[in-house]
Amino acid sequence: MKFLNLELAWKYVLGRKRAMTMSLFGIVLGIAFFVITQAQTSGFEAFFIRTILGTNGAIRISDRFQDMHGTVRMSSQDGRTKFLFNSREGARHTEGISNPRLLRSALKQFSEISGISEILEGNAVIAGTSRSQNVEIHGIIPSEHVLVSDIENQIIQGQLKTFELEPMSILLGNRIAQRLMLQTGERVTLKGGTGNIRLRIAGIFETGVSQIDKNRAYIHLSTAKSFLGKRFSGSIFQLSMFDPVKAPEISAQIQETTSHRVVSWQEREQVWLDVFKALRISSAITVSSILLLSGLGIFNVFAIMVIEKTRDIAILRSIGFKPSDVSAVFLWQGGIVLFIGIILGTLVGIFSTYVISSIPLRIRGIFSTDSFVVNWDPSHYLWAVLIAVIFVSIASWIPARRAAKIEPAKIIRETL
Amino acid sequence: MSNSQEILLKALELHHSFVEGVRKNRVIKGVSLQVEAGETTSVVGPSGCGKSTLLYLLGLLDRPESGKILLQGSDVTQSSDETKTQLRNQSIGFIFQFHFLIKELTAIENVSLPLRKSGLNAEDSKEKSMLVLQQLGMESKATRSANKLSGGEQQRVAIARAMVNSPSLILADEPTGNLDSENSHKVFDLLQELAERDNLGVLIVTHNTDLALKTDNLIRMQDGLIVKD
Repeated sequence: MKFLNLELAWKYVLGRKRAMTMSLFGIVLGIAFFVITQAQTSGFEAFFIRTILGTNGAIRISDRFQDMHGTVRMSSQDGRTKFLFNSREGARHTEGISNPRLLRSALKQFSEISGISEILEGNAVIAGTSRSQNVEIHGIIPSEHVLVSDIENQIIQGQLKTFELEPMSILLGNRIAQRLMLQTGERVTLKGGTGNIRLRIAGIFETGVSQIDKNRAYIHLSTAKSFLGKRFSGSIFQLSMFDPVKAPEISAQIQETTSHRVVSWQEREQVWLDVFKALRISSAITVSSILLLSGLGIFNVFAIMVIEKTRDIAILRSIGFKPSDVSAVFLWQGGIVLFIGIILGTLVGIFSTYVISSIPLRIRGIFSTDSFVVNWDPSHYLWAVLIAVIFVSIASWIPARRAAKIEPAKIIRETL
Repeated sequence: MSNSQEILLKALELHHSFVEGVRKNRVIKGVSLQVEAGETTSVVGPSGCGKSTLLYLLGLLDRPESGKILLQGSDVTQSSDETKTQLRNQSIGFIFQFHFLIKELTAIENVSLPLRKSGLNAEDSKEKSMLVLQQLGMESKATRSANKLSGGEQQRVAIARAMVNSPSLILADEPTGNLDSENSHKVFDLLQELAERDNLGVLIVTHNTDLALKTDNLIRMQDGLIVKD
């Protein structure tokens, strides 16, 4: 008795193999496509985020500003701020961090920050054996910078250790090295700032962000300070966080407490993040329509079935089935198709995602990859299943409700 | 045969009507009857005289506008749907003209349904169903799909399903309407035999006066009224 409704539902499903297979096919495709598209879009998005975090960090602190109109603040009796208004209009900006040591000690109070790297930025001309090119110089302390970036893994030629040990060395973006036909171990001349300096190429890096790879060069902070003539000011800070998602919140706090311009990675890369978000939502909506169509298919099958099975419903009612039992028989049918659809859809989704991840695809620009990037996120499967459950439940529930309302005497009378 | 005078079913002044558009069509206009244990009773009459409607009222598939239905002495007219559903499962067996088997199930699965519904497990239900099918000479067709059985065989399976839960009352609506003469006589004989052997009350609605004459009691209906009892 416990599973009688389920057993009957199973028999009915088997009795309508073709129609049920079509409905099942829709669910399987819907779930699989949902998983595949989400795995790709979120995969590329996650890869992009990893790249930008590994290149420019979670938070960047640059210019100091001074409010010219002051801050309007209202406090409640318990001392908490009720209202705060900072006027940025007319704020006076000072290029770079004015007191790096003081700021560093202030930043150490933020437990969410996992690493701080001081960077001195400037421009120079790098001269190879036959050609020269403008570059953006980033003066760094290597041991600090590895904590806030992925520089260690971005080096494709040479060694970070060599760079670390040799103050008069340089790390070049791979596009610069290609253009100037430079190799690790060669010497280059850096022109600009206070004069010319000769540096040995300790390594060549590739971030995948073409703008960086064709413009950026890393040198030691002390060398940069001396070369750019900025011994005491002008630096910026690049920070890493234990949880980069919290970067906007922490940025606001740092800005509030230190009066420096603080930009989180989300603010910095908002355009690209919006593009990825739009793609993700768009593909989810598109693919959900497959599930909606399969839901409509199931509704159609069940609606016809209720009409065709009115006599069966009358029999069942006459032998002691309650309206809720009749309804359950139809709901179980939806449940069976849904269950099989979820299992197969998930398996097809996993397999297809795996196959897609090995398809060669060369992308350079906002990140660097040679194959499709996928994200194995269980939430994609949960969303796909949830959408399928909602559509199929509605599609089964409406005919099931109609079936439960059938008056057996009326059906039998009309059949005769 | 313990108590052939026991009144299983009693209907008192039943009235019923259907609304067709704005018109109210009175189909049962004060019918009273009774069915006793161990006896077969047939209701005959022309099409549209209300005999099938009467059967569904008596079988608790429909609710009369007025009047009373007493099942084994208890007034069940105003019983809850749940109680009526339970009574249909355990005290009443239905047989319909078009066999009304579930074609996706085998013969034995069809017969087992009322038992399974009453809470018996699958194994015991099948065992008991097989015994009933044996009594009706259908054991060799037990595992055959319902839609692969002949008309006569399907009706036997329907009878087996009606009696498998040992109901006290069997209500049959034109049980031979879809059968040839030979099978019709066999079904009637079988119902009479069951009534006598198991002390059941059997109420049969039929067009066939010849067959109706074989039953213990004959009720004639016309225009929603009993004209001869």
